[in-house]
Amino acid sequence: MKTLKIEELSKNFGTTEVLRKINLEIDEGNFLVLLGPSGCGKSTLLNIIAGLETINEGSVYIDDYNVSKVEPKDRNIAMVFQSYALYPSMNVRENMIFGLKQAKVSKEKIEEQLQKVSKFLQVDALLERKPSQLSGGQRQRVAIGRALVREPRIFLFDEPLSNLDAKLRVEMRREIKKLHQQLKTTVVYVTHDQTEAMSLGTNIAIMNHGVIQQNDTPENIYNKPSNTFVADFIGSPSMNLIKGNLKQSSNQISFVANGSNFEIPINGYDFKEKSNLEKKEVFFGIRPEHIFSKKSNEGDFEINLRADLSEYIGHEQIVTFDYENQEVLAKFPSTIKIELSKNTKLYFDLTQISLFDAKTKERI
Amino acid sequence: MQDKINTSYKQLEQRSKYTNMFLRWFLYLVLILFALYFIFPLYVMIVTSLKTMEEIRQGTLLTWPSGLNFDSWAVAWGGRGYGAGDTFLKPYFWNSIKMVVPAVFFSTFIGAMTGYVLTKWRFKGDQWVFLFLLFGCFIPFQAILLPMARTLGVLGISNSVIGLVLVHTVYGIPFTTLFFRNYYISVPTELVKAARIDGAGFFKIFFKILLPISAPIIVVTVIWQFTQIWNDFLFGSTFSFGEAAPIQVALNNMVLSSTSVKEYNVDMASAIIAGVPTLIVYVLAGKYFIRGLTSGAVKG
Repeated sequence: MKTLKIEELSKNFGTTEVLRKINLEIDEGNFLVLLGPSGCGKSTLLNIIAGLETINEGSVYIDDYNVSKVEPKDRNIAMVFQSYALYPSMNVRENMIFGLKQAKVSKEKIEEQLQKVSKFLQVDALLERKPSQLSGGQRQRVAIGRALVREPRIFLFDEPLSNLDAKLRVEMRREIKKLHQQLKTTVVYVTHDQTEAMSLGTNIAIMNHGVIQQNDTPENIYNKPSNTFVADFIGSPSMNLIKGNLKQSSNQISFVANGSNFEIPINGYDFKEKSNLEKKEVFFGIRPEHIFSKKSNEGDFEINLRADLSEYIGHEQIVTFDYENQEVLAKFPSTIKIELSKNTKLYFDLTQISLFDAKTKERI
Repeated sequence: MQDKINTSYKQLEQRSKYTNMFLRWFLYLVLILFALYFIFPLYVMIVTSLKTMEEIRQGTLLTWPSGLNFDSWAVAWGGRGYGAGDTFLKPYFWNSIKMVVPAVFFSTFIGAMTGYVLTKWRFKGDQWVFLFLLFGCFIPFQAILLPMARTLGVLGISNSVIGLVLVHTVYGIPFTTLFFRNYYISVPTELVKAARIDGAGFFKIFFKILLPISAPIIVVTVIWQFTQIWNDFLFGSTFSFGEAAPIQVALNNMVLSSTSVKEYNVDMASAIIAGVPTLIVYVLAGKYFIRGLTSGAVKG
């Protein structure tokens, strides 16, 4: 039984297609993050799961029950919003029990739930306050509390941290993580922040233009991006994508960058399919953090590139190199001295590379 | 050298102090003159209403009355006590109250409801509905006189207070809708979404979530509608006469129909009585209006 299953879901507003044939599944207790740039349809998808938007095609199942036409309140879900959406005229207590009162839960049960949740979230001292008298973090906690008292099957979070300042955001992120570890409820969480996605999710679905690009564990998303969009979207700075061709001879496969005259051997690469590789136009993807200034592995590939630009950001520096008129970024500890406009010896960790078809942009 | 600079700074400081003082007093002077200019008509009205006709004939506009003589106020409010031809404001004042209270209530309530639907329950073509409502704000009063007279006739409520309530409610809806729509558009729609997930329906969301935070715009709307309806003369004089007339029509009849001598003191007292309710609404509600605007009830 899947806690949440989405089948062939499509949605359009007028003539604009917002979601195209979405398929998703979540097991009990998992934390799914919907990640993507703004306008990719992730919030619409969340609203559809909540029942706040209608569906054009496809269906949504919660616990194997088709809820596509079920009212939001009957779906056994709870949602936390970006603007907290606390009812301004009610105090914290009234805010938290509003849903239970609508559901005609008995007074004793409501009081019991309220006590339990408000203690758990440490808002029990704030029960008589109005939302306008709370700090950002407290509002966030009350909003989560309002969702918790209903003991839903699925928690939906719509960018809950983007209204907070940087420091508080990191704190609340950890609290949400703790919360999930303790309660083990199923969560669907929308964000455009990759750090949030990586640190919270047990699964990440990366979306773009209404299509899921990759739905995988954070490790696989980072190490084995399924296309150039994912490769480019995850990581900061993002993955270097060097344009070039493949060369295949008897038992040797290598990559030659455009305009370059030497080959990078990539025998160890785990190809999906090993045929028709000769002369294939590809992107050679390597993350800035997998380029080193000292040889660390036996298999590291040595290359001489000219350093053009150095950006100091405290604990590390990002250096831009020129590779036959293509920019290659590398991340080094800030203690290392790199001389600009000079050729520098670099080492590519070839076990960490990704290759993409230049035409389809898909991983090969 | 240093001393020289210090003294010149002191001089500059002194000079700017005098300039500032002069400008400040000049500002006060201008403000006082304007205040006097605007208060002058009210002064004349009050003073005249307290004089006897004898005093009015002998003195000038500005002379003080010899004493506090409220006779003309009593005549304006309650009449002289002889039957036919004795027009006084009391019954028409109550006509106006009976007209203005329900008309303000219904137009404000319907406007709030419409504004709520147009912002939080969007439907296909809602922007057209809003556009047509907006268009209603620009229809001149005169243009709806004939169709409205016909409508009132068909409904059988012409020449009645109920008829005037209907006219003012209908004519007020575009304005009240505009007010509420513009207010509710700044209320985050996520509030409505949260309430829907919590299981609240259309009316519950309106009464429990939206209305409690609408105090500032309700006050604005009430002030606007009350002033419009209370001060209206055209609809009142067109759709009602005799017994059912509102106070502004009665005031006109009273002032223009006196056959013998013009009783300026009674006229002035009547005009003040007809104007006082709007003043009261402004003074009472104005305070809440500013409080509502500054409390920032919606955010967060």
